[in-house]
This record gives sequence, C-alpha cells and structure tokens, in this order.
Amino acid sequence: MPSGHFLVSVGLILLGLLVGQRVDMLPVQASVNAPVYDELFRVLFSIGTMLFLGICGLLVYSLVRFRRQPGDFGDGAAIEGNLSLEIVWTAIPAVVVLFVGLYSYNIYERMGGMAPLADHSVMHAMPATDPGSGDRVWGGISTVSGETADLTVDVTALQFAFIFHYPEGNITTGELHVPEGERVELRMKANDVIHAFWVPQFRIKQDIIPGQPTVLTFTANRPGTYPIICAELCGPYHGGMRTSVVVHDRGAFDQWLTKNTLPVA
Amino acid sequence: MESTSELPVSLIPNHGSWLRYLSFSLDHKVVGIQYLVTGFLFYLVGGVLAGMIRTELATPISDYLSREVYNEVLTMHGTIMIFLWIVPVVNGAFGNYLIPFYVGARDMAFPRLNAVAFWMIPPAGLLLIASFFIGGASQSGWTAYPPLSLRTPALGQLIWIFSVLLLGGSSILGGINFIVTILKLRRPGLKMMQLPMYCWAMLGTSILVVLSTPVLAGTLVMLAFDIVAHTGFFNPAIGGNAVVYQHLFWFYSHPAVYIMVLPAFGLVSEILPVHSRKPLFGYTTMVYSILAIVFLGLIVWAHHMFTSGTPPWMRLFFTIATSFIAVPTGIKFFNWLATLWGGKIALNSAMLFACAFIVNFVLGGITGVALAQVPFDIHVHDTYFVVAHFHYIVYGGTVFIIFSSIYHWYPKITGRMLNEPLGMLHFVLTFVGFNLCFGPQHWLGMNGMPRRVSEYDPQFTLMNQISSVGALLMALSTLPFLINVFHSAWRGRVAGNNPWRALTPEWLTSSPPPVENWNGPAPHVEHPYGYGLVETTP
Amino acid sequence: MFGLVLFLVGDGMTFAGLFAAYLTFRAVNPLPSGGVYDLELLLPTINTALLVISSFTFHRAARQLRQGSGFGCRLWLLITAALGAAFLASQMLEYFKLPFGLTANLFASTFYVLTGFHGLHVTLGVLMILIVWWQARAGGSINRESHFGLEAAELYWHFVDGIWVVLFGIIYLL
Ligand code: HEA
Ligand code: HEA
Ligand code: CUA
Ligand SMILES: [Cu+2]
Repeated sequence: MPSGHFLVSVGLILLGLLVGQRVDMLPVQASVNAPVYDELFRVLFSIGTMLFLGICGLLVYSLVRFRRQPGDFGDGAAIEGNLSLEIVWTAIPAVVVLFVGLYSYNIYERMGGMAPLADHSVMHAMPATDPGSGDRVWGGISTVSGETADLTVDVTALQFAFIFHYPEGNITTGELHVPEGERVELRMKANDVIHAFWVPQFRIKQDIIPGQPTVLTFTANRPGTYPIICAELCGPYHGGMRTSVVVHDRGAFDQWLTKNTLPVA
Repeated sequence: MESTSELPVSLIPNHGSWLRYLSFSLDHKVVGIQYLVTGFLFYLVGGVLAGMIRTELATPISDYLSREVYNEVLTMHGTIMIFLWIVPVVNGAFGNYLIPFYVGARDMAFPRLNAVAFWMIPPAGLLLIASFFIGGASQSGWTAYPPLSLRTPALGQLIWIFSVLLLGGSSILGGINFIVTILKLRRPGLKMMQLPMYCWAMLGTSILVVLSTPVLAGTLVMLAFDIVAHTGFFNPAIGGNAVVYQHLFWFYSHPAVYIMVLPAFGLVSEILPVHSRKPLFGYTTMVYSILAIVFLGLIVWAHHMFTSGTPPWMRLFFTIATSFIAVPTGIKFFNWLATLWGGKIALNSAMLFACAFIVNFVLGGITGVALAQVPFDIHVHDTYFVVAHFHYIVYGGTVFIIFSSIYHWYPKITGRMLNEPLGMLHFVLTFVGFNLCFGPQHWLGMNGMPRRVSEYDPQFTLMNQISSVGALLMALSTLPFLINVFHSAWRGRVAGNNPWRALTPEWLTSSPPPVENWNGPAPHVEHPYGYGLVETTP
Repeated sequence: MFGLVLFLVGDGMTFAGLFAAYLTFRAVNPLPSGGVYDLELLLPTINTALLVISSFTFHRAARQLRQGSGFGCRLWLLITAALGAAFLASQMLEYFKLPFGLTANLFASTFYVLTGFHGLHVTLGVLMILIVWWQARAGGSINRESHFGLEAAELYWHFVDGIWVVLFGIIYLL
C-alpha cells in the first residue's frame, strides 16, 4: 500500500507546515530580531509537529491494529531487526538535526550573536560587525564593545532592581527609555549576584554576572511599553525584580531626554 | 564475597520477617526494595513540596508562602526529586533487583558495599528535610549558583552540600558495583551481546556516574570552602569566577539527566517485548545508541549556559553536539515502535504507562532539541518553557517508566498481581493530570513567565490555575496506586512464577525468588527476547 | 581489583575537575597586585623525588613478598611509609614558609585545596601502608599466597604518586 503511506506522509508534512505557520504563540514583536527569532520558531514548530504527530500516530495505530485478541496466547512475528530500516531512521534524524543546526546558526548570525566579542582587535578586523550592516542587532556579552551604537546606557543590576544611567544627559532612572529604530547598547554590570535582563517582546536575554561587564545591543522598532524581567534566581524578591522599557519615537524620546537632563551646574 | 552461600539454600526462608527490610541486609533483592520504598517515600515528600509550589502559583501574588520559604521549597523539591527519588530508584532499586538475575549471579559483586551505599541515603535525605526546621533550607535552587549560594543563609546551604555529597558518594559506590557485576560476574558462557538491554543501559549509566559525579563532589567542596573559609573561588567580589562553577556543575548535571533516563530506556526495552510478544527490535543498534548517548552526554554541558556569557564558538559547538543526541535517542524510539509493530499487544497498566512514556518523552525531547538551538534558547532560557521541557522528560519519561516497571515487576517481587482496573484509573488520572499540569507551561514560558518566582503577571493566571489543577489530579492519582499496592500485597490474585510468560532470567525462578535467586544453577538464557523463536507455555 | 581501578578513575576525575578549575581561573582571572604564581621550587622538587622513590620501594616490597621474604616486604613497606611521612612533613614545612594564606587570592586558594586534597590522599596512603605492614607480620592475613590488600594499596599508592607528578607539573612548573 505504498500510495497510502505516501498520502499519510504528505498529509503529515502539510499539517506540520500549517500548524507551524499558523499558530502564533509568542508575544508581539517589538525589536528587529524578533521576526528573525519567530522565523526559527515556526520552522522548529513545524518540524516538531510532524515528528510528534507522526510518532504518536504510528504508536496509536499499532496499539489498535496489533492488540492481542482474547484467548490468543501466541507470539508475534519473530523479527529481530532490519538493517535498512535502521539506516533510514538513523539518517532521517541526522539530516533533520544537521539542517536545524545549520539553520539556527544562520539565524544566530543574523541576530548578530556570532560577532566576535571581548577582543578589541578582532572586533575591528570584522567589517561585518560594522553598525552599517543593518540587521546585526544582538551583541551578546563582551568586555569591550567596539561597536558604535546610537545610544549607550549603563545598566546596574542589584538585589532587586535595575538602575539605568544615561551618560548623555547624566540621567539616572529605574525605567529604561529608548528611541524607536535606533541601536541601543546596554553596558551591564551586577553588584551582588547574577541577574538576567530579559525583554520577551525583544526576544533577548542576557545574564548579568558580577565581575564580568556585559554588553547587550538591540534595536527596538515598535513604540510601546514592555516589561523588563529578571530571569535569573537572585534571592527572595527575584520575582518582583521587574521594570519596563518604553520605546518612543525619536521626537518623544528627545523630549524625554531634555526633560530629564540635569541642568549643568 | 560475603553472602549466605555457606547455608544450604533450602534452610533459608523465602519470607523472612519484614524487619529485614530495615536491616543492613546484603541480599540484592532486599537492597533493591529498600531503595524502591525509600525513594517512593521521598517522592511523596517532593510531591507535597510540588503541591506547595502549585498552591502558591494558583494566584499571581505571593501570598501562601513567604518568598524565602518559596525558594526553600523549590530548591528542596528539585533536589529531593532528583537525588532521592529518580536516581536511587531507576538505578539503585531496579539495578539491584534485576542485574544479578540478568547476569546469572547470586548477588552483586560487592554486597557489603551495596548495603553501605543504600544506607547513606536515608540520613542524607532526612538531614535535607531537617534543614527546613533548623534555620531554613537552602534557597538557591537545585543548581546552587554562586554568588547567590554564598549569600543565602549558610547553614541550609552547607547541609545541602553535605547531603548531596553523601548522595553522590552513594551513587558512585553503586555505579562501581554495577560495572563490576555486569562485566565480571556474568554466568560462564553468557556473552555481552546476550545480556538484556537493561544491563547495557546500566553499564552506560554507571560509566557516566563514575566519570561525572566526582567532579560535582570537587566542585561542592570548593563551594563549601567559599562559604566556610571565605576563599574566593566562585566569588567575583574577591577575584573569583562564578561561571567556572557553572561549567563544573553542568559537567556533572547534564550527564546526570542521562543518569536519570538511560536506565528508564533499559526498563522500557524489557517491558515492551514481553507485552507485545515480539523480540526487541534492533538489539545491536540499541546497544550502540546507548554508548553514543553516553559519549555525547559528556560533551554537551554548556547548553545550560547559553546566556552566561560563553564565547560564540562554544555556543555553536554545544548546539551541534546537543542536537546530535537526538539521533541515537531517535534510534531507540523507532526500534521500540518497530517492536510493537506486528506484535500481539496486551494493553495492561504496565503497557499503558510505557506507551505514554513514548508520547511524553518525544514531546520533551523535541522541546529539548529546540532548547539546544542558541538563538531559540536565549528567549526561553530560565522560563517555564524549560520547566515544561524537563518535567515532560523527567516525569513523563522516567516517572511513567517507574510506574510501568512497578506494574510489571510487582508480581515478581510479591508473588501477587496488581489490580488492573485500579491501575487503569491510576494511569488515566496521571496522564491527564500530567499534561494539564505541564502542557500550559510551554506557553507560559514563551510568553514571559520566568521560572523560580512566587509571583507573576496577572495575565498568566488562567494558565497557572490549569497547571495547578493538573498537579492536584496527579496528587489524587497516587491514591488508587497506593491502595492498589497495599491491597494487592494481601489480597491480590496469586501470580504464579511467570504470569507474563516472559523469557528474561528473573522470571525463570519462583516469585518471589529464593535468597540466592535460583534453587539450582542459574539458567543460561541465550535469547532473552526470543518471542516466537523459543517455546513459551501459556 | 577492577572495582578499585574504577574507584581511582572516579577519584582521578575529582582531581581533573580541580585541575580544570585551576587552569581556567589562571587563564581568565588576573591575580590582584601582589599575587604571584611563582613558588619556591626546592622543597616541592624534593617532595616529588620522595614520592617517586616511594613508588619504587613499594614495588620492591611487593616483590619481596612474592619471593617469600616476609621480612623484606615489611622492611620495604616501612621505608615506603617513612618516605610518605617525610613527604607530608616537608609539605607542612612548605605551608608554613609560604608567604600567603588560604584566602589571599584565587591562586592561593586553589593551591591549598589541591595540595591539601592530595595530602589527604597521601595520609590515607600512609595509614594503608601501615595497616598492610601490620597484616604482613608473621601469621597475619597477608602472606605469600594471599596478598590482595598489598596489591590494592600498591595500586593506590602509584595513583597518588601519579597525581602528584601532574600536580607538580601544573602548579609549580607552569
Ligand atoms: C532525564 C532528564 C533529561 C533528559 C533525558 C533531557 C534530554 C534533553 N535535553 Fe534537557 N533538561 C533537563 C532534563 C533532561 N533533559 C533538566 C532537568 C533541565 C533543566 C535544568 C535546570 O536548569 O534546572 C534541562 C534543560 C535543558 C536545556 C537548557 C535549557 C535552558 O536552561 O535554557 C537544554 C538545551 O539544550 C536541554 C536539551 C535537551 C536535549 C537536546 C535532550 C535530548 O537528549 C532529547 C533527545 C530526544 C528526542 C529528540 C526525542 C526522540 C527522538 C526522535 C523521535 C528522533 C527524531 C527527532 C528529531 C530529529 C528532533 N535540556
Ligand atoms: C526529577 C523529578 C521531578 C519530578 C518527579 C517533579 C514533579 C513535579 N514538579 Fe518539579 N521540578 C524538578 C524535578 C521534578 N519535579 C526540578 C529539578 C525542578 C527545578 C528546581 C529548581 O528550579 O531549582 C522542578 C521545579 C518545578 C516547578 C517550578 C518551580 C519554579 O521554578 O518556581 C514546578 C511548578 O509547577 C514543579 C511542579 C511539579 C509538579 C506539580 C510535580 C508533580 O508531578 C508531583 C506529583 C506528585 C505528588 C503531588 C505527590 C503525591 C501526592 C501526595 C503526597 C498527596 C499530597 C499532595 C498535595 C499537598 C498537593 N516543579
Ligand atoms: Cu535579579 Cu532575579
Ligand atoms: Cu543538559
């Protein structure tokens, strides 16, 4: 019944693609790398659905089709193995994970995660990390940044709050304000224990580790207010360690900046 | 070799007093049951703690427990479930009970060492629980990341370290014992490739135990130094490095997840052929895939640290290595499906749990492969998505298999059958409760709920309440199970020696077995899975 | 014996973990000013010699037993134990002469934990040798026919010795 198998497989693949593309289970996209992330999510979700439904279908089918009839004390067919089958089901997952691995490498590259970090000289040798090259949006951790950002903010994490300091304007605040569509660089440090900076709508997260200055860059592109959540257990009030990031359009941001800039004495 | 071999077998009563279960017994079967019962008691403790977690999380505000206590509860829940329930049961309990049968021996290689290993567990567990009442338990999660673990109340943290060291020590002694028993105590003429699959699984697991647990021990000693002597290994405030701890910790704790699941893989491989009356499909590839998992398991630890500031090349390497674990694991799953295909399947409680294991584990494994992708993990790391991933594997996988195994081997251990309708009820409650509890957590994690919090954004209330109801169902499901186990011990149908008409060696003796396993010489089992090849009498 | 080998593999992994931690610390965490990696080499070199020699003397003891000389065996065992004790004494001496304490800096802490953990192994080893020595007395449980205890202790001793050589290379020479 090869045509039956074929139909089932095609149906499964279509169903997987459909589910993967249609179901949207993630929060709104508010940064440049959110759509990139969601693309990966959809692909993984499609593949996962196919595998999961395929295996469950096979299982349930076997349980129904091959159930033991009452009074039957015989044995099933004494098949102990089949080399070509083994090869097939080693090869298929191998190909799938290889594809997934390379694809997520590509995604990571597009998010800017592969930018060499922590070393100034390498940084300059890599033209790709040039701010001009558009879609590199995520810098990850580094001791020296080397990238030019449109806005730099110093972040201090401590039990149990984030403190943001804008060197430009000498503003200190508990709430992060950033302009839309511009590259923001957070220079983060932790005072006591490990914290993590997470904005679900930006799809970025980075641990802030004491003794290890960290740089995280992102470009927000959707005005609004989003939560900043500390994602690393940091003590009793870890669950309460949250604040917001407000994404303004350029004009509103400038207003905010001037309103809060301390007058030079 | 200590054993009762000086006594003629006929003089040793099969049914000693139940008090022998409280004694320093050298009989591998007694030790196995000691592990099983102790582990289950700790499961109930861990479950009550889980119940407290889910009660707290039924509302978005932190009301039922204080924040400190919540952290103590979640730390103890993780620690107890892993080190006192899963690891002792899938390794210690079934390993001790089954391995000597499978290799055709009368006991383990070092019976005394075995008893010592078991008796390290109750004090460690009691100490851990006691720490709640003396100054507060550890609050830093089961991962105990410094510098947090250096700043939370020191006494609880030190007790935690001490207990985990004891439990790790016990597990190393057990691992050595298993390796020696499997390699050196085989009945003459029994080849490695004729061993039941559980032996291979335990061999692989024990290799992981011996290679990785000592590293954890060294790490925890350093952590203790940091707390007691104020050295600065992991304390950045005085020049130390907190990330080094994470590497060392996960070098143990990733292999530890295979220590929790490989033996369960072995147990499934014993259960499926019996109840579908077919040989285990692809024995040889199954063996190689276990060895491949062991090897890969040792080189993927940093996938827990994708946001810890690891260099990009390292992230890439660990992504690829981790993803490839899906290949040998997949081989096992497809072989199990092929074992079922064309069989004569009896869908009893043991089989229901075993088949549900396949469903749950595949889901947990697929989310695992997703987590292994650095860019994917960055968003969901340290969220409920991860909590869902590992409960699908640890509960939906290993715990389901523990239940399946209890249904399968109960007649062997007690000589009586468990009640089937109660077993079905147990299964349905567990399966529904489990999926209700952990399914919604995937969504929670992706949408912004971090783990290890006692309060959350009110938008997540509904999903959390569904999850809590699921936990309640799981708690209820233990009732029919407990009733069944106690009732059947006295009133259950008498099983006969081999109610499943199975071919593996433990069934070729009386149920329950005599002290030295066989009243005659150990049988030579060339085809432990020879269904359809070997004559089985109905 | 195979069980002991497995145990030593595990024990070796503990050391491997500590070594790995030490090397990483050294690679990524600069010492505060005043901290140095260079140590006085004289005593540790003597120590290395003591341990290496003691491996040979232990081997000698085992051979004597196999050749039937219980007396020779006990003599060489005592010599081995003495060498081990001398090692411990000289290690203590080094500790007292060192300019830094346990908590001075990362290097100091790792140094003390590694050498201390190894010292613990040597102490256990010396005790073991003394026990074997006692059991090898005339009429004791170790004799020409049955000498498992002796061989186990010997294997352990070589292991401790080997770890020291690695430790010496990594901590003192590197
Ligand atoms: C028994 C326990 C167990 C097991 C077996 C696994 C198995 C796997 N785990 Fe899991 N994991 C945990 C327990 C376990 N895990 C725990 C406790 C944590 C959290 C720790 C903490 O932080 O507290 C965790 C966390 C965790 C993380 C870190 C997440 C984070 O903190 O951000 C990652 C990331 O890579 C991961 C990956 C995997 C992978 C790839 C597997 C693979 O082995 C799965 C392989 C299986 C399959 C894939 C299914 C079967 C295969 C097929 C049917 C073939 C076809 C499939 C494909 C081609 C995809 N796990
Ligand atoms: C290894 C095995 C294992 C098992 C079997 C379980 C079983 C369960 N776990 Fe958990 N869990 C972990 C390992 C495990 N867990 C680990 C490692 C962590 C991480 C800890 C950390 O972050 O450090 C964790 C964390 C964890 C969290 C996240 C906490 C947080 O991050 O804030 C939650 C939340 O829902 C949870 C729930 C549950 C539930 C409902 C069960 C249920 O399946 C339990 C069902 C069993 C019972 C309920 C017991 C039987 C019933 C009774 C005795 C009657 C009394 C019952 C009540 C009072 C309700 N677990
Ligand atoms: Cu800061 Cu959690
Ligand atoms: Cu892992």
